[in-house]
Amino acid sequence: MKKERVLVQCTVNGKEVAEYVDPGESLLEMLRNRLGLTSVKKGCEVGECGACTVIVDGETIDSCIYLAVWAEGRNIRTLEGLEKNGELTRIQEAFIEEGAVQCGFCTPGFIMSATVLLEKGEVLTREAIKKQMSGNLCRCTGYQNIVNAVEKVMKENADQK
Amino acid sequence: MYDIENYYNAETIKEAVTLLKEHPEARIISGGSDVLIKIREGKLAGTSLVCIRDIKELKGIIKMDSGDIYIGAGTTFSHITSDPVIQENIPVLGEAVDQVGGPQIRNIGTIGGNICNGAVSADSAPALFSLNAMIRTADGSGGRTVPIHDFYLGPGKVDVKPGELVTHILIPEKEYTGYHGHYIKYSMRRAMDIATLGCCVVSRINPSANILEDIRITFGVAAPVPLRCVKTEEALKGSPVNEKLYQAIEDKVREEIHPRDSWRASREFRLQIGGEIARRALERTVELAAGGERK
Ligand SMILES: Cc1cc2nc3c(=O)[nH]c(=O)nc-3n(C[C@H](O)[C@H](O)[C@H](O)COP(=O)(O)OP(=O)(O)OC[C@H]3O[C@@H](n4cnc5c(N)ncnc54)[C@H](O)[C@@H]3O)c2cc1C
Ligand code: FES
Ligand code: FES
Repeated sequence: MKKERVLVQCTVNGKEVAEYVDPGESLLEMLRNRLGLTSVKKGCEVGECGACTVIVDGETIDSCIYLAVWAEGRNIRTLEGLEKNGELTRIQEAFIEEGAVQCGFCTPGFIMSATVLLEKGEVLTREAIKKQMSGNLCRCTGYQNIVNAVEKVMKENADQK
Repeated sequence: MYDIENYYNAETIKEAVTLLKEHPEARIISGGSDVLIKIREGKLAGTSLVCIRDIKELKGIIKMDSGDIYIGAGTTFSHITSDPVIQENIPVLGEAVDQVGGPQIRNIGTIGGNICNGAVSADSAPALFSLNAMIRTADGSGGRTVPIHDFYLGPGKVDVKPGELVTHILIPEKEYTGYHGHYIKYSMRRAMDIATLGCCVVSRINPSANILEDIRITFGVAAPVPLRCVKTEEALKGSPVNEKLYQAIEDKVREEIHPRDSWRASREFRLQIGGEIARRALERTVELAAGGERK
C-alpha cells in the first residue's frame, strides 16, 4: 500500500497533466521533479519563506506543504505559465525596473503572490501590499523595491480603467 | 517526500468516521499546515492520514434560521475573513484569523485544524472563547456538542475522541447580537509570527446609560490553554464606561493571567503587555459600539 502511486489529473499552466505520484509527495516535488517547472523554488520546506508559492484555483499556496494528491482536478499556475509569446508580464518587467531582483531565489514566489494581488484589481496602500506579501521572504532586497514594483503596476492598472 | 504510512481520503463525514474507526492509528489531515510540519520535523513521521479536505459538508459559513452562525471546520481562514455573514455579524473572528501567518497559510489553514491542534497561540481561539462558541463533532452515533471552554484540555490536547472529528463550530445568536469584539495579537515580528500574547474582548455596552453590561475577555498564550478572565469580567460588569473602567481592566487582568517565561518573552513583559492590550481591546469595542468604523 505504502509505495502505491496515485494518479493525479490536473491543469498546470493551461495544459492537462496526468502523473502518478507518491501519496507523500509534495506539490513542489511534483512540479519540479516530474514536470520540470524549476521556477518553483525549494527553500525552507516548512511554509515559512514562500519561495515555492504557486497559484491553485486562484489562491496562492506554499507548494512545499501541499500534497501532490490534493492537486486532483485543480488549476495550477506557476511562473512558467505567465509569459505570453516570450514576453514578460508587466509585473515581471516592473520587478526588473525597480531593482526588486538580486539573487532571484525569492522572485518567482513574489511574482506569483503579486500576480494574484494585481488580478484582484484592488488598489491597496503600501501597508496593505506588505501584508499581502508577508508570506514571502527575501534575504537580499530589503523589500522596499519589491513593494515599489507592485505599487507601480497597481497604479498603472488603476489609471488605465 | 513526506514520511506517510497510509493515506486514506474521505469524501463524506460518514466515510471519515468509518475510516477513523477502521484505522485508529491514523490522524486527520485538513489543511495540513500543522500536520505536515510535524511530519517534516519527525514528530509524526510514519503516521497514517485520513484526509478530510474533499468533504464538502465541512466547508462554508451559514447564518441559520435560528440566527446561530454555522462555520464548517474545513473553512479556510481567508474564506472566513472574506465571508459576508462573518463581516456582518461577527467581524472580530474574521479580523482575528486574518492575523494568522501569511496569505499562503491563510489560504490552506482551517479553523477546525486551528482549534484541534490545541496550541494556545491559535489566533482563532481567543475570539471563539469570547463568543462562547460551541464545537460540534461527528462520531457515527449522533456526535457531541462541546462548549469551547471545555474543549481545550491541556497544551496540545483537545476533546476529540478516537473515531471522532469536528464538523463545525456554532456561534449562538444570543452570544453575538448586541456585542462588539476586538482582537489584539502581540507578536515580536509583525508578520508571519505566532502570538507572544493575544487578547480578545467582546463587550455589550448600553449607550444611553453608558454602562458596560457584559464583557468577555480571553487571552491566548497567557496560560497552558486559552484563558477567560472570569474574575475580571465579573468585577467590571455594570461599571460606567470611563477611565476608571479602563484602569480597572488593566490592573485586574494582570492579577488574573499567569503567563510563563519563554524565549519569546519574560513573564513580567507579558503581564505588562497583557494589561495594555486588554485595555486597548476594550476601548476599541466601546468605539465600535458608538458607531466607530471597522478598519
Ligand atoms: C508558516 C506557518 C505560520 C503559521 N502561523 C500561524 C499563526 O500566526 N497563527 C496560528 O494560529 N496558527 C499559525 N500556524 C499554524 C496553522 O496554520 C494553523 O494552526 C491552522 O489552523 C491549522 O489548520 P490545518 O487545517 O492546516 O490543520 P492540519 O494540520 O490539517 O491539522 C491540525 C490538527 O488538527 C487535527 N484536525 C484538523 N481538522 C480536524 C477536524 N475537523 N476534526 C478533528 N481534528 C482535526 C489534525 O489531526 C491535527 O492534529 C502557522 C503554520 C505555519 C506552517
Ligand atoms: S519552500 Fe515552501 S515556504 Fe519555504
Ligand atoms: S533577491 Fe535574493 S532572496 Fe530575494
